[in-house]
Amino acid sequence: MLRASRLVLAHFWVAFVAFLGAAVLGEWQMIVRSPLSTWINNPEHYYRSVTAHGTVMGYVMPTLLAMGFGYAITELALKRPLIGLRWAWAGFGLVLAGTAMAATTVALGQASVLYTFYPPMIASPFYYLGVVLVVVGSWVWVALMAINLRAWKRDNPGAAVPLAMYGNCAGAFLWAWTSLGAAIEILVLILPASLGWTDTINAGLARVLFSWTLHAIVYFWLMPCYIAFYAIVPRAIGSRLYSDTMGRIAFALFLVFSMPIGIHHLFADPEVGAGFKFVHAAMTAMVSLPTLLTVFTIVASVEIVARLRGGKGAFGWVRALPWRNPMMLALTFSFLMLGLGGAGGLINMSYQMNETVHNTQWVTGHFHLIFGGAIVIMYFMVAYDLWPTLTGCAPLPAAQVKTQLWLWFVGMLVLTLPWHLVGLMGMPRRMAYYDYSDPAIASQGSLVVASAAGGLLVVVSAALFVWILARASLPARRRAGAVEPYTFSRAVHEGARVPVALNGFGLWIGMMIALTVVNYGVPIIQLASLKQASVPVIPIGAR
Amino acid sequence: MNVSAPEGSRSEAVAIAAERRWAIVVGGVLLLLVAMMVVTGLHWAAMPPSRVETVDVKTLHIAGEFIESNLGTAVGADGKVTVRLIAQQYSFQPQCLVVPVDMPVMFRATSTDAIHGFIIGTTNVNTMLVPGFVSTFTTSFHKTGEALMPCHEYCGTGHEAMWAHVQVLSAADFFAKSRGVERLSCVAR
Repeated sequence: MLRASRLVLAHFWVAFVAFLGAAVLGEWQMIVRSPLSTWINNPEHYYRSVTAHGTVMGYVMPTLLAMGFGYAITELALKRPLIGLRWAWAGFGLVLAGTAMAATTVALGQASVLYTFYPPMIASPFYYLGVVLVVVGSWVWVALMAINLRAWKRDNPGAAVPLAMYGNCAGAFLWAWTSLGAAIEILVLILPASLGWTDTINAGLARVLFSWTLHAIVYFWLMPCYIAFYAIVPRAIGSRLYSDTMGRIAFALFLVFSMPIGIHHLFADPEVGAGFKFVHAAMTAMVSLPTLLTVFTIVASVEIVARLRGGKGAFGWVRALPWRNPMMLALTFSFLMLGLGGAGGLINMSYQMNETVHNTQWVTGHFHLIFGGAIVIMYFMVAYDLWPTLTGCAPLPAAQVKTQLWLWFVGMLVLTLPWHLVGLMGMPRRMAYYDYSDPAIASQGSLVVASAAGGLLVVVSAALFVWILARASLPARRRAGAVEPYTFSRAVHEGARVPVALNGFGLWIGMMIALTVVNYGVPIIQLASLKQASVPVIPIGAR
Repeated sequence: MNVSAPEGSRSEAVAIAAERRWAIVVGGVLLLLVAMMVVTGLHWAAMPPSRVETVDVKTLHIAGEFIESNLGTAVGADGKVTVRLIAQQYSFQPQCLVVPVDMPVMFRATSTDAIHGFIIGTTNVNTMLVPGFVSTFTTSFHKTGEALMPCHEYCGTGHEAMWAHVQVLSAADFFAKSRGVERLSCVAR
């Protein structure tokens, strides 16, 4: 068993319980704004719920998962105890305290600004301080990942960093740099206004700073999923990884191209000019590169086991894949949702087509499909895969796991596809109420109901997930003998020399910072120097 | 060992060749995507809002382009149609816009308080309104009739009530209505 297993389990449990709660809130929102419900008495309750749902799903759950998974990888891949266990607990404590502080403030109705903040609306300072604590707690994790990597490299000169640890550290460094945008927005612009030190705020500048974090955070959410693709899936289905180097290239490219693209969220905004909008659009095309490489490498990796099992022909091998294996099922679902969501993403990032869908329900459908669908389904697999090592339980019951995965996949599609459609019909997002008696909106009603039904399947699946893990954690489920040692995938060509650049991060972090400075420096300086851009703040909640 | 080494390097060469082919395909896809954006940008002149123009929120109501009497649809001496509007918690002003079909219409809009935005029906008219900045874009409508114009960015507790209307009229109807009227709108008086 892991030395840090209690630490990892603490992270996972808080993440998953918060996740289940937020999923229930999400479904409540779906029902409240559908034709199934009449006019909501107090629309503020709806926005309160959206704020809580977004804060948990966007900041708390994925951060805790990445942290817990990162600590587990450090011990399992480097095969030595985690350095700084006490610091890790301190970081966890900060995240926990921040979550509690933000959640309480939101529940009291003092912070219904949604998790994207939207200044000049200003919430209670306790909400922002809570979010800052979550982020600072995660920075402790980033520092520990860097320290552990360094110590291991010092003790193993010239050895290749295990791929899982390489991806884990890429995710940590990506997060450190991407969280900076929102951190600056909160510390420099929002908190002074929230504490009453100033009564104006530069809303345009705040939006640009937030966009720095807003898009790259998606790749921080994605990293544990990609680590699972490369380092867990091939082993779990009895195959080998087609190329270890491709994995490293993909992780390194995410570092470089995640940040300098966030202004594609601001195509319809007046505070950024056409030039930088176009540069960010072109760079966004580049960030599909690591995903396209990953799809190739992982499909090639699963093809290996299919051929070993007697699969033949150009496509006939697909039938010979180990379909009874939950990991194979999850990977397939994840890729299908990644494909659909990715295609939608290409539409969003297109400089022109974005105008058709910007801020409609299409966008909500898009990120629920790609994050909630493709990525979170791999979070489930990470937990299922690690659980025997973490708790000493027997492997989890495959039938239950597969039921949970099917529910999630079908639920997500039924949830998000109608959502995309109503978006194309012009339905704006984040509204507590729609007047379905209006003939222009009436036709959207049945699609919204279908979507809410999909949401129900998703909530049932989330509950089943937590139940499976909780049941396996019972002392009675503990396996008598020793649990087999945990392993990561092995590459087909093991022991190949890893290029120096792909065994460290110096070059990639340098490019990441340089590209961000080039693509964000000018817009930020220009906006900060605009006098008229400072506008009066609007306090939210009874203050 | 001696036997497996050449075999290993041969299969590795196969893998590298496959990866290289795929890299070329991926590179081609990316180039095509960017080329499409460039071509549609230049050839169709299809561009998102492109200029950065500021406006003082504190004097918006009392001076300049966005005073109440100047809001609505204006037909210039040169026949150009301009719609000016403002967004505020939780309405647009004017709440009902009138535009002609199949003619370029320039929109100039801003917000007096929070961040707002709007989309018109199923058209591509879609913009953000950020206080302190003027959003400008030119579009044309291809179907007559009435369309909804909701605020599409969360702007506070009354956000869900913030809907305006747009009437798209035939050119003849539009110019008949606008004759002798400084600023046209379809707000019931």
